Amino acid sequence: MSLLSSEQVASTASVEDAVGQSRATREARIRRSYSRRSAIWWPPVIVFFLLIGIWYLIATYYDKVQGLPFLVPYPHLVITKGFLDPLFGPQLLADLGNSTQVALTGLAIAIVIGVAWATLMSLAKWLERSLFPYAVILQCVPILALVPLIGALFGYEFASRVIVTVMISVFPMVSNTLFGLQSADRAQRELFKLQGASKATTLLKLQFPAAMPSIFLGLRNAAGLSVIGAIVGDQFFQRGTPGLGVLIQVATARVNGPGTYAAILTASLLGIVVFLFFGWLARRVVGKWYDL
Amino acid sequence: MTTTAPAQPSTTLAAGTLLDFRNVAMQFPNGTIALQGVDLIVKPGEFVTVVGPSGCGKSTLLRIASGLEVASEGTATVGTKRIGYVFQDATLLAWRTVSKNVELLAELNGMKPRERAAKAQEAIALVGLGGFEKNLPRELSGGMKMRASLARSLTLEPELFLFDEPFGALDEITRERLNDELLKLFVEKQFAGLFITHSVSEAVYLSTKVIVMSGRPGTIVGAFDVPFPMPRDPDIRFTPEFGELVGEVSHALREGHN
Repeated sequence: MSLLSSEQVASTASVEDAVGQSRATREARIRRSYSRRSAIWWPPVIVFFLLIGIWYLIATYYDKVQGLPFLVPYPHLVITKGFLDPLFGPQLLADLGNSTQVALTGLAIAIVIGVAWATLMSLAKWLERSLFPYAVILQCVPILALVPLIGALFGYEFASRVIVTVMISVFPMVSNTLFGLQSADRAQRELFKLQGASKATTLLKLQFPAAMPSIFLGLRNAAGLSVIGAIVGDQFFQRGTPGLGVLIQVATARVNGPGTYAAILTASLLGIVVFLFFGWLARRVVGKWYDL
Repeated sequence: MTTTAPAQPSTTLAAGTLLDFRNVAMQFPNGTIALQGVDLIVKPGEFVTVVGPSGCGKSTLLRIASGLEVASEGTATVGTKRIGYVFQDATLLAWRTVSKNVELLAELNGMKPRERAAKAQEAIALVGLGGFEKNLPRELSGGMKMRASLARSLTLEPELFLFDEPFGALDEITRERLNDELLKLFVEKQFAGLFITHSVSEAVYLSTKVIVMSGRPGTIVGAFDVPFPMPRDPDIRFTPEFGELVGEVSHALREGHN
């Protein structure tokens, strides 16, 4: 149905299209080569072994010179007497499960609250002006100061641990979602307005998709913080089925150096895994059209 | 003074007139007067180009015509609801493929998926983007993005097409090619056009009528009928008559500027 003759299409569009396409493929190639370069695996591995070496040096110092081997245990002891210890190992695994549960529950709630809060604020300038300060205030409140109150109100078990987790991780969700919802440019909004699109349609088809990269960025940060929240929550609320935070305290109290280190490493690993997972998820969902 | 909400077909509109601006003025809340005493009429079959320096209120003219702004004085009447609007940027949605982007306006108007897909396909072929339906905007050149943007508006089958310096950011070669194709679309689809640009030769080449504006406040300082017939031969750009008219418009533009 083209009104241009096929010959004209060939002559008018092909040059420019060829240019456009070759540029696109070239850019794709550049992107790919970049990611390949950044995926070179051996430098971090070398650093890893260097760190282990330094660890051995320090451990030797504490063992032979200071005579306090439990303060910095040898790495191999952390594995054999920590991770693989027949008593400590299973406990570590169970507590990892508990902490993961707290972190993910808190994160899920933080996502829901954060996105809802930000969406509400994006509806009108006056709503943003009314509600954003409280997100900042929540971020600024020292959690430690609230802990006795949270404990008294909600008990010293799961619920309170989750509340602390939510409080710590909700801010990046709120601020990133809001920023994302406002990131669609003016002309794009007007494009929707010209078609008489409702606020809901604009939110659904323009603002939310445009906000996805930013939301995922917030999600990644919130996920990391939720692990911190779960561990910190443990330190304060030790009843019920506590997780890694309590295990670290108990191991330290019992002068169990390898156990303490194994628990700390496990907690760190949980944070890293969660962080990497949401980075991967973000690339899966928006990586096609957005460079994360 | 009465202010008619734009995009509302008015009974006072002369038969067949698509756009009628009478003594339109625009003053923004911060006191800036963007337009003053603008009279402008666009009839079917006309392609009117407004040329003027940056910041002379040309874009405001389009925003009033489309209904994005309401004139603070005078009447602005639009005789159709089928208005196409092409922005300065392609304003494609980065997460949608070319075909999904072209479908967008029909989708917002509640057209059924199969129907709008067919419509989008037709528009994509019309602008010469066939074969790129599944590409994302980031994979397109600037010219191709503009084609997609054009196709998106074409799905509305506009009677009045508003262009806000759509090719301003493109290189000369791409711009001239798109000018040619726009003219072909104009001849084929028979919409009326109101085109904003700051390029005098583009204005003369595209239009049946060139309006010259001066800046701050934006007022019309000259109007030129372009006598060359449609469809236009691209080589018309190199004729003395064309050059003469470009000279006259440029002269009016410079006088208005001083």
